[in-house]
Amino acid sequence: MKHLAVLAALLAPLPVMADVDPADWDAVTAQAAGQTVYWNAWGGSTTTNDFIAWVGSRVAQDYGVTLNHVKLTDTADAVTRVLSEKQAGQNENGAIDMIWINGANFAAMKEADLLFGPYAEQLPNWALADFENKSALQTDFTVPVDGYESPWAMAQVVFMHDTARMPDPLGSMDALLGWAQANPGRFSYPQPPDFLGTTFLKQVLIDLLPNPSVLAEPATDANYDAVTAPLWPYLDALTPHLWREGRAYPASGPAQLQLIADAEVDLAISFSPGEATAAIANNQLPDTVRTFVLDKGTIGNASFVAIPYNSGAKAGAMVVANFLMSPEAQARAQDPAILGYGTVLAMDKLSDADRALFETLDLGIATLTPAELGVVQDEPHPTWMTRISDDWVARYGVAQ
Amino acid sequence: MSRRRLLPLLPALTMLALLGPVVAGLWGTVLPAFGHLPAAGLTGPSLDPFRDLFGWAGLPRAVMLSVGTGVLATVMSLAIVMLVTAGWSGTRVFGVLERLLSPLLAVPHAAAAFGLAFLIAPSGWLARLASPGLTGWDRPPDLLIVQDSWGLAMTAGLIVKEVPFLLLITLAALGQADAQRSVRVAQALGYGRLTGWLKTVFPRVYAQIRPPVYVVLAYAMSVVDVAVILGPNTPPSLSVQIVKLMAHPDLSYRLEAAAGAVLQLLLVIGALLVWRLGEGAVAALGRRWITAGARGKADPAVAGLALVAGAVSALAVFLGLVVLGVWSVAGFWGFPDALPDRITMANWLRFGPGTLQALGETALIAVVAALVALVLTIGCLEAEYRHKLRVSQRAVWVLYIPLLVPQTAFLPGLQTLMLTLGADVGRVPVMLVHLVFVLPYVFLSLADPFRAWDARMGVIAAALRASPDRILWRVRLPMLLRPVLTAFAVGLAVSVGQYLATLLIGGGRVATLTTEAVALASGGDRRAIGVYGLMQTGAALVPFALALLIPALVWRNRKGLRHG
Amino acid sequence: MDKGLSLRDVTVFKDRSPLIRVDHDVAPGDVVTIMGPSGVGKSTLLAFITGTLPGDFTATGTVWLDGHDITYAAAHQRRVGILFQDDLLFPHLSVGANLAFGLRPGGSRSDRQTRIDAALAEVGLDGFAPRDPATLSGGQKARVALMRMLLSEPCALLLDEPFARLDAALRAQVRDMVFDRARSRALPVLMVTHDAEDAQAAGGVIITLGDESPHNRITSVTQG
Repeated sequence: MKHLAVLAALLAPLPVMADVDPADWDAVTAQAAGQTVYWNAWGGSTTTNDFIAWVGSRVAQDYGVTLNHVKLTDTADAVTRVLSEKQAGQNENGAIDMIWINGANFAAMKEADLLFGPYAEQLPNWALADFENKSALQTDFTVPVDGYESPWAMAQVVFMHDTARMPDPLGSMDALLGWAQANPGRFSYPQPPDFLGTTFLKQVLIDLLPNPSVLAEPATDANYDAVTAPLWPYLDALTPHLWREGRAYPASGPAQLQLIADAEVDLAISFSPGEATAAIANNQLPDTVRTFVLDKGTIGNASFVAIPYNSGAKAGAMVVANFLMSPEAQARAQDPAILGYGTVLAMDKLSDADRALFETLDLGIATLTPAELGVVQDEPHPTWMTRISDDWVARYGVAQ
Repeated sequence: MSRRRLLPLLPALTMLALLGPVVAGLWGTVLPAFGHLPAAGLTGPSLDPFRDLFGWAGLPRAVMLSVGTGVLATVMSLAIVMLVTAGWSGTRVFGVLERLLSPLLAVPHAAAAFGLAFLIAPSGWLARLASPGLTGWDRPPDLLIVQDSWGLAMTAGLIVKEVPFLLLITLAALGQADAQRSVRVAQALGYGRLTGWLKTVFPRVYAQIRPPVYVVLAYAMSVVDVAVILGPNTPPSLSVQIVKLMAHPDLSYRLEAAAGAVLQLLLVIGALLVWRLGEGAVAALGRRWITAGARGKADPAVAGLALVAGAVSALAVFLGLVVLGVWSVAGFWGFPDALPDRITMANWLRFGPGTLQALGETALIAVVAALVALVLTIGCLEAEYRHKLRVSQRAVWVLYIPLLVPQTAFLPGLQTLMLTLGADVGRVPVMLVHLVFVLPYVFLSLADPFRAWDARMGVIAAALRASPDRILWRVRLPMLLRPVLTAFAVGLAVSVGQYLATLLIGGGRVATLTTEAVALASGGDRRAIGVYGLMQTGAALVPFALALLIPALVWRNRKGLRHG
Repeated sequence: MDKGLSLRDVTVFKDRSPLIRVDHDVAPGDVVTIMGPSGVGKSTLLAFITGTLPGDFTATGTVWLDGHDITYAAAHQRRVGILFQDDLLFPHLSVGANLAFGLRPGGSRSDRQTRIDAALAEVGLDGFAPRDPATLSGGQKARVALMRMLLSEPCALLLDEPFARLDAALRAQVRDMVFDRARSRALPVLMVTHDAEDAQAAGGVIITLGDESPHNRITSVTQG
């Protein structure tokens, strides 16, 4: 089998291109012109898909790079693909040029040497990023980034509620449990291992733990049961009062928007402070929806893009990654009428003209201001997410 | 010269195109199922994958779901079709039902499933039309209808698509069963129309439609896209679980997926065997029923019920498509409004360009696959005619093998095999795999009309000094224009509706209307699903419309071929 | 003999058992009639001569046409014409195109058109060239079928109960027309029929095939 792969590589008509040095930006843009970049990114949100399509038109215009959005249901699919290619010996011109990634998937790829880099800190627009204040840009779920992925959006957990049927926000997970018991069938969360669903589980745990900093350590057989002890009784109490009594769950985050619009639920979790406003603008939610955060704060993280080691369009991918960090793209992503994602840039590093792009943005009726968003809690170590997710599937994955 | 040597080889080539990928895929599945996956550095043999599989808490429920929904969907579809045919064949009502159901054949499974979901959900259109007037609801009831644990919604989604399929197969078989006369004789002996048909015609007809019934059973047990849209998630059906395991980053999960695929194959084989035995039991009971001589006093009631069931099934698909259309032009549409608060083209403008791109990809793959299938089919049939080869009954079953082996049993294995061989995924492998599923349907669609052509025309043409090639191109194919175009349209529709083949073998680079639409299912954006669902349906229906229009146009001055 | 159609020791078998055996010559301009009960194998004999024997039959013996052995020639190279009960006009072609189908290639468009028009005129169907065959009457169709066959210039003509579908009035008319045309072109004609009247009108040798034993032989040869 290995011989066949070597033979195939030898017979491949495409010339073997030397990896370009990210620091030499002119060489990068020169090599990027004419390349096609396959960006594997989650395709479950139509607003995000539209944004990616816009990015494609802009990089084609400015750099001659063709961007193809490969819509994934699960980022793990892309990780599997690169892993399989490595094990089959396909070290050139892999199917994937760029992946929207963070957390456990990033940790897995970095550990298995599946990524190209370091490149992120050599991108010109990195200088504008707020890495001094936003620790999530250099530590992804407690794993050091080391330049193997570049950020493009900040996310923070908020809760959306339809004030027409649920006028008051909730301050804590205990309050949520009480409300759910009083209003059965009006709340649900995406089914783990969906990342947003698992985030809900982490948020519950962080809110219930007296000292959440234990989650910065990796999960081991020794500490797992003790640390996650408060979570399971909470879920046992909550699940019978969920939508459909926990016998079915929305498949993803955006699916919850339809449930709110259909008046099936009144409350849902989201990872984007601007998502509700964007959805209202898109006719997906009624205009009575508002957002809130918990009193103790909510989890926040950054979204990154990473380049597989065997991509055939690394220069093009770097150009796209750099464009994603540009003030133009960041302002557009933050516009709640478009996407509503948080920015990774530091306002004081921008020119006056660029800063104006952000300051004139109307954040929208359903978006909390940065001050109102309050405390940003750190993501736990990625091992917690995997174990909690598997444990949830074992306990609640089969409806009773 | 080379043509003469090529033609007799075509049947062998066709069998290779059909069976090659299936056998390779099964091989690529069986090895990992027993622990052998060199790409992950794992060597077998080992029973660990099966141990992991049986350690999954959801397995018993998933297996019961697969078997239950499969058998129930098949039994119900068959019952509805048989009773409707028994009670109404030959009447005007039957003709109307037949004309209603024929276009439904082309509606892809995914679009029909989406439509049904949007209809029957607690917040679906039926509930909205009835609320708050009839039901008094101002928020939808917390009922688990879509994605229910028993798989009933999924079964319904399968039934509405299998009823038109089985009905059309039955109609084709009726032609050879001399049904009308038998029923008239039975009626003269005092039997009701329905009972008379069941006692005299059903055994003959069933023998003819047995292979397609098996196909329905195998498909219903292992379908993925309908299960994703309408089936439960706690736990999902076995096939959906296999696809989920295939996507896990940890390659060792692939072994468990392969073990699941082997289990799925065994389940399907087991179900087919049990069904076969069941046929024997039903036959024995039937004989007793026949000799008992009951004249069928309940016939009108049963016939009426069956007609209602058939009409409801057709209506479900039609209304499903309509509700997809309404969502595609909807502004904000809250519950319990019967219609959106405004109609807008914004959704089409937003998703339209994406659908056009997917349409281009879909059309390219479909045209190539259907064309190759058509060429192979005509070649095989012509070879059979020229060299007087007799196609035995066993050879027909070869055609059915790709349709009986569950897709989840061999497609993942094929993908693994291609990856190990370093074969690039992409459009061409997808076309080859689509061919595996398109060929049987094209062949079955064209074979009877092709063979039914009056061979004396060929004798006359030969006497008029036309060579065999000239006879084929100048006499036979022109006379068979409508069946050829219909077979082509069938091939196109089958290719358009493929989901798993495109997903797994395309490596994510091939985005057809179906893969895009099912990917949207998890996001719940009904407007996007409406747009994509309608485009997907259009892509499958337009060729059939053309297959009706073009012959009518070309033969407008040839009465002899108007109804051909 | 040099001219005409010769069947030399032709035996047709079905699954190894012999059905019929014929050994006879048909001179140019003569009509030889073959009669016998249904299923004895008359049409199969004709199929053997045209080279279109169905798969479940085999045959031995040789067929000679104008001094050439055509037993193993390809069906479209035998120069043997045939008419069936049904006119079997190609439904997708006009009357004129049907006639043109059998014309030898060569000659200018107008030459061929002239020959087609002449053929139609010969049987009283002037101006029928652009018509749809499905719109013709039974008698008209039979005439077109005949001329179509004759335009291909066959060296022999086989008739497989060709007048059976025509009503009594038409029958004699079409029958006479066929025999006249065949005689005027000096074609050997081999006719299979049930109808004694047809045999009488043919006025040639009548071969009657029996059905008592597996070894069907010529049981009587009578001059008409």
